Amino acid sequence: MSLPRRILLALAAPVVALVVALAMSSVVLILSGSNPLEAFGDMIGHASRLETMVDILNRATPLYIAAVAVAIGFRMNLFNIGVEGQYLLAALVAAHVGALVNLPGPLRIVFILLVAMAVGAAYSGFAGVLKVTRGINEVISTIMLTAIAISGLVAYLIREWQAGGAIQGGVARVGTTPIPQSGLIPNLNSVLEFFTREIGQGKQLTGVLVIAILVGIGYHVLVNRTRFGFDLRASGINPFAAQVGGVPAKRMVVSAMVLSGAVAGLVGMAEINQVGFFPANPIKGLGFTGIAVALLGRNHPAGIILAALIFAFLDVSSGVLQFTGAASREIVVIMQGVIILAAVVAYEVARRARERQEAKSAAEALGDVKPSEEAA
Amino acid sequence: MSWAKLPAWLRWALYAAVGVLVLTIVQRFDETGSLTAAGSSQSMLRWAVPILLAGLGGLFSERAGVINIGLEGMMILGTWFGAWGAVVYGPWWGIVLAVAAGAVGGLLHAIATVTFNVDHVISGVAINILAPGITRFLSSEILTTLPGGSITQSPRVPGVGTFTLPILGGGSLGAWQSPDFFGWLAGREIFLISDLASLAKGLVTRISWVSLIALLFVPFTAWLLWRTRFGLRLRICGERPQAGEAQGINVYRYKYIGVVISGALSGLAGAFIASPELSGIYLEGQTTQRGFIGLAAVIFGNWRPFGVLGGALLFGYPFGIGLRDLDGSASHSLILVNAIGLAAVAVWAATRGKRRDAVLALVLGLAAAAWYLSSDTLPDVWINILPFVIVLIVLVFFAQRLRAPAADGLRYRKGEH
Repeated sequence: MSLPRRILLALAAPVVALVVALAMSSVVLILSGSNPLEAFGDMIGHASRLETMVDILNRATPLYIAAVAVAIGFRMNLFNIGVEGQYLLAALVAAHVGALVNLPGPLRIVFILLVAMAVGAAYSGFAGVLKVTRGINEVISTIMLTAIAISGLVAYLIREWQAGGAIQGGVARVGTTPIPQSGLIPNLNSVLEFFTREIGQGKQLTGVLVIAILVGIGYHVLVNRTRFGFDLRASGINPFAAQVGGVPAKRMVVSAMVLSGAVAGLVGMAEINQVGFFPANPIKGLGFTGIAVALLGRNHPAGIILAALIFAFLDVSSGVLQFTGAASREIVVIMQGVIILAAVVAYEVARRARERQEAKSAAEALGDVKPSEEAA
Repeated sequence: MSWAKLPAWLRWALYAAVGVLVLTIVQRFDETGSLTAAGSSQSMLRWAVPILLAGLGGLFSERAGVINIGLEGMMILGTWFGAWGAVVYGPWWGIVLAVAAGAVGGLLHAIATVTFNVDHVISGVAINILAPGITRFLSSEILTTLPGGSITQSPRVPGVGTFTLPILGGGSLGAWQSPDFFGWLAGREIFLISDLASLAKGLVTRISWVSLIALLFVPFTAWLLWRTRFGLRLRICGERPQAGEAQGINVYRYKYIGVVISGALSGLAGAFIASPELSGIYLEGQTTQRGFIGLAAVIFGNWRPFGVLGGALLFGYPFGIGLRDLDGSASHSLILVNAIGLAAVAVWAATRGKRRDAVLALVLGLAAAAWYLSSDTLPDVWINILPFVIVLIVLVFFAQRLRAPAADGLRYRKGEH
């Protein structure tokens, strides 16, 4: 199949998913008495403002990292459903330890990142170990471990490590001990303002964006340019062939889970660095949304960027809708759900179309030889 | 007569009796009254019902070869429609609407997985994302217009009512107030017997009609799946769909039926959660992953209806205890129960020559015992995660003895082998 055709097929599915989501949400909006054009107009109108763009990037950053964490597992047919628990636990421990340890600024930043990655890796790796030593499906174990992390470990530790509700600037700060300013990743406002204008409304572009970009590059290099990545993909496509080819199956499962967890540990860094501590009521759901983003982005490093931006745009737009009152803000959650469901169906249809196409071109290439029934 | 030759129901009854014996001893030892109180078994049943219903749902789906991670999402649909229907049209209509909403969720999952061959876990995850979005939107559009409702909660939800078994539990027959046999026995304070009676009394007192339906569904499922032609055909779709196809069975149709039933039962589970039995209100996020626990009950029960019931009761018990345990003493006693359970696993593994398992169970058991001895009460968070921990421990030691349907979770296309 020619390259442009391949790209067309690859893009067709997500575009169809978006169109379906737009159509479905329009129907819902009309049924509930709102004007969809007005609602979408408000959403897009606001998204073109610099401040909103900063919001979108801030939201897309943790979503992207979460999606890469999920995608690492997906590449070898491992479902790390537990990113949710891994990132909350990792962020909590990292913020707590990072605030207590006495290190000079940049070292503290690195230390916090490493602790977060280690905690995420350990928690996720445990599910990998359970799979290879005990034969427990990682879907079940990561679901259980997530529940244990969120309603057990995090709920308990946040109470133990609570640093009191000190009031700063009229806002109650409830959470772990604040990390000194020097230990936080600085924001990127100056970089962005260099290209554009001054950012208003006290918005800050998160410095974790740089980490997200590094994670994306690292993911691309690892999966597409290393032996490990080749083994990973091979195990995902045909585990038996991979094993026969000398890929250590068990070690691959544990490595993939550890790696996925290490990346998952970084998800919470955006919030930690923004508020300066782990809040008693942190942003939840990034891990689950990350699964959706990875699916929409087809586990491709660049595809996930687009998917993360779309989901972040929708998240931020919900605030816009509440503000303008053009429609119920909850419509965006439905849109996210429909997009993801439509996308997975569309990808599957596209995959089958591609297979048919390949079979057909193979048959043509064979010329006189009559294609057998199976190949058709 | 050897242990393995006993009929299964007798073996399980004996296991349960031994379990109660352990609870009784721990209770005496620890001077906490609530481990075998009637109220404990009553709340255990209440907590077990949604897990059981979701688990039976999972059973239907997985026996037809479709993994259903979306149980949680279908349950969420059930809570919302159950609450809304009950508030607006009356309790039974709430149940009907919840079942219908869950079934629609199941239908969605079936369309994605069976017709479009989307990976089952992926479709389930998508439904789990979509369902709370739908309910949130519906809440903002509809619940906010009801008096006492808001975007995250509904007005009070009326229930379908309860009944108490006459003679055994002291319910009334017409105008006649029957004797309360279990209550009388529980009051006699005979070691073990009174504890058994007290637990039994909780199971026959003020049971919701929905609980009764759920419990009756267990033997019904066993009969339907293992004693009818329909059941055989449904199960072959989960074991060897190509063989079913060769026999002329419409595999797609049976998979659809299995998954839609699965959604309907999850919807009923959701309605029960929103009913006065557990909450008496729709509250956003109130399912608290019980769909996933239902899934765990399927695995724990080795993909069999009575096994699912056992899992649901086992996972429901700590929740029920936790709900009534204000000072954390009963939860604390449960750690000792767990330590004893792990010790039993260690002995079991040792007699079968599994040395590593035995050592692992022993270490975990000793850790639990040490925790028990070094503390007096338990923060309430631990009781909430106990079911999940039990699931993991059970899987660690018994996962290899379980057998899922052979084609569970595999893609199937007609004519492809």
